[in-house]
Amino acid sequence: MNVPDPFAGERPKLSPFHPRLKALNVREAWSAWNGYKFAEYYYDAEYEYFCVRNRVATYDISPMQKYEIKGPDAEAMLNRMVTRDVRKIGLNRVGYTLWCTDEGRLIDDGTIFRLGADRFMLTCGSPCGAWLAKSAFGFDAVTISDWSDELAALAVQGPTSCAVLKRMGLDGVETARPFDIRHFDLRGSSLMVSRTGFTGDLGYELWVSPEHALNLWDALYEAGEPYGIQPYGEAATNMARLEAGFIMPAMEFNEALKTVHFEHDQTPFELSLDWLVDFRKPHFSGRSALLREQQAGPKYRLARLDIEGNRSAEGSHIYRNRRCTKQIGYVTSAMWSPAAKANIALAMIEPKFLNGEMWAEIYYEKELRHYSRVARCTSREKPFWTPARARATPAPDF
Amino acid sequence: MNRYDVAIVGAGHNGLVCASYLARAGRRVLVLEAGQAPGGLAAGREFHPGFRASVAHTVSHFSAKVVRQLDLRKHGFGHSSPNLKTIGLDRDGNHVVLDGDVLSSTAAADAEAFAGYRERMTRFANALQPFWLKTAPAIGSAGLAGSMRGVPPRAPRLKAPSMTFAHMGYRLRRLGKREMREFLRVATLPARDLMDECFQSDVVKATLSWDGLVGSRLAPRSPNGAVLAMLYRMGEASGGAHAVPAGGIDSLVGSLCAAARAAGADIRCGAAVRRILIGERHADGARNGSHPASDGLAVQGVELDSGERIEADCVVSSADPQRTFLDLVGVPFLDIGFTNRIRRLRCQGLVAKLHLALDGVPEFDGLESPDGRMIIAPGLDAMEFAFDAAKYGECPENPVMEMVVPSLHDPSLAPAGQQVLSAHVMYVPYRRKRGWSDTARHAARERAIDTIAQYAPRIRDQIVACEFLTPADIERECHVTGGHWHHTEFAIDQMLMMRPTYQAAQYRTPIPGLYLCGAGCHPGGDLTGAPGHNAAREILQ
Repeated sequence: MNVPDPFAGERPKLSPFHPRLKALNVREAWSAWNGYKFAEYYYDAEYEYFCVRNRVATYDISPMQKYEIKGPDAEAMLNRMVTRDVRKIGLNRVGYTLWCTDEGRLIDDGTIFRLGADRFMLTCGSPCGAWLAKSAFGFDAVTISDWSDELAALAVQGPTSCAVLKRMGLDGVETARPFDIRHFDLRGSSLMVSRTGFTGDLGYELWVSPEHALNLWDALYEAGEPYGIQPYGEAATNMARLEAGFIMPAMEFNEALKTVHFEHDQTPFELSLDWLVDFRKPHFSGRSALLREQQAGPKYRLARLDIEGNRSAEGSHIYRNRRCTKQIGYVTSAMWSPAAKANIALAMIEPKFLNGEMWAEIYYEKELRHYSRVARCTSREKPFWTPARARATPAPDF
Repeated sequence: MNRYDVAIVGAGHNGLVCASYLARAGRRVLVLEAGQAPGGLAAGREFHPGFRASVAHTVSHFSAKVVRQLDLRKHGFGHSSPNLKTIGLDRDGNHVVLDGDVLSSTAAADAEAFAGYRERMTRFANALQPFWLKTAPAIGSAGLAGSMRGVPPRAPRLKAPSMTFAHMGYRLRRLGKREMREFLRVATLPARDLMDECFQSDVVKATLSWDGLVGSRLAPRSPNGAVLAMLYRMGEASGGAHAVPAGGIDSLVGSLCAAARAAGADIRCGAAVRRILIGERHADGARNGSHPASDGLAVQGVELDSGERIEADCVVSSADPQRTFLDLVGVPFLDIGFTNRIRRLRCQGLVAKLHLALDGVPEFDGLESPDGRMIIAPGLDAMEFAFDAAKYGECPENPVMEMVVPSLHDPSLAPAGQQVLSAHVMYVPYRRKRGWSDTARHAARERAIDTIAQYAPRIRDQIVACEFLTPADIERECHVTGGHWHHTEFAIDQMLMMRPTYQAAQYRTPIPGLYLCGAGCHPGGDLTGAPGHNAAREILQ
């Protein structure tokens, strides 16, 4: 007997890789991302993190939002939307960029792939079709297609990621520079490879049509088997990106279009992403507001903190004094970093206090007892994880 | 000489008012008009040999201050023109006559109620009157609502906007507690609610609603700015009464041109602006903080359809906001949120214009002389039904309308012994569902004439020629988006500091050097001169 599903249409969508992911998700640790069933972790979050840092691991990024923007006006339309100069993103190159409201508040970050003279792919964490449509108004010769469900994507990250791709048959992939795009033929299907990722290490992202997703998976896992290839989930991603100093929505920033309270969203300057705002390119949305903010100085700066002790400062307030009477900021993400062997955090700090003393008031729990400690924080210039291999071309085998 | 201090786009009356003020302050001003004659919606046209008419056919609340300051009397603006009675036509000849503070109607109770109604409305109108010639306060300025979001601070003006708010509060409070509460209660009522509350006769209700609805996308049941539109139109000394100035509307346009020219402004007609030229300056050291004012977009002038370029550091547009920003400036120079607010402005007009060339004075049943402003609207339901059709892109079976015979007051409009009848016909959609064609235009025109014939049975025999302009025709003829009287709806969400939208509501725009001075700005449309006056004051600050 066929019983109709009362929740039809509300069930999580399944990634094109799902048949393989399902088999490997030993813990059934599923969450959701953009309506897709999505792994928080597969076996153990820390184990997966160490696979990313020491071996090779894969992260299913199919739920990421992908849009094709093409036509003679595509470049101008995107250039007016984002803060970077799209004209400077060469053919088969990827650019990380931001886009803001008129008030210069961050809507989202993402990457722009230049696939042709007037053909681009924009990827981002949250749906942005409505904003793209608004941005495209007034540009006649541009068409936008939502590729989110039409392109499977898999991140392959870690020190042996290049070695595994070569073993899979991607000859010459090691010559791809960071942010390069290469096209390959994989057992009769076309595969796009970008040297990009969200771990701060050597890594690639593979883009393929959904019907070839499992072929790609099988080829990759066959080639990666001797290297101990392992899928990783959201938890390990979050650890790796924090060490690399990358921002995360709902952690470092609140998407401006979803923010209700005044200035509970962020600006590129507050997130210390000044290098992504190009005032020398043609007019872009939010430019005047951002220029005014640059003049006046941002209210916060995102800082990388090295905190004494080993208790994670998650959710802590930051004070300028040990007595914790003058608050100067708040922690957005924090963890003990195995790679850096340090207690690290990203924190929003009022700029004028950045060079002075900073103290985190850390609350923690031990077997149902609650404790607090005040720990000294030191601001760090560089990301906590930035190995040379992440930038080296040709990419090393390990 | 192709360099001016100020280039003004459009020689509508607001463009001309603004030009006069700026030229008087010593600026070298050039006004560029796309049409063959100045005046915009007030421009007189010969629609049949010897017969002239303009879209705007009367003057009611033109700013006395502008008339005085620009010496418009001296420049030929007809004076001592008597106010027209407003006459609500009744099929049985029991017409309702509104003459100043007196309403004559067979419904005696309505005539009596009118005195109290009129007194109260006059009080409200007087309380609001000062604000039509002020700049609307910017949202969030002067610490009233926290810090500004996207509106650049301007130190020297910080006090003015909050004072305007305070002044408005004071004026309303001065009405007294009871009247202030009453004002707040009725200000956003649908016209119908106010009328049902005060009057009994259908024709009285419809006639008194007219000035709240005409020109807007509002019917009697629509909540929004109908009452505020009535009060806006009662703002000057005329108290809302209309007049055909001696010498007609042409004399107003003529006097505005003469005043502007006398002050030194140049006016060029047949000079359509194709785009507003915008340059981009990237000051050295932008990265380490150049001043926002010297970095970014700046107006450089205008380019005409002919390709000719005129340089000017200040461009003032009296064109409607959509035309100004979306067509003349261009989206690439605007932020995305702002662009989409401009795009979402409601700009579709609902008023068609009927011009009849008549071989004599039209004869309306039961009316001694058609020398008033005659309204055909048998009741609020009739208006609502007409609007319902237009809402869905159809022409109403029974349109409602306002008619004047301007040639009775200004004989130059028609050959001797002949007359012009000019009518605002509501509600005629800008976008007809099946598109506008000659057949559709003809049918709509015939419906309008048939409607008139119900009150003036001989009218068809008197017609020498006629012209019917749909809102789409008015858009084309007068270069105004949607053929909309107010350039964009005169509605609460597009009023005061929201007109046309925040970040352009103080006549400045997000582009340094570009200003607005047309009906799309505070306070709004109609022949008032107020937006032009207010814009000039902001520019000269």
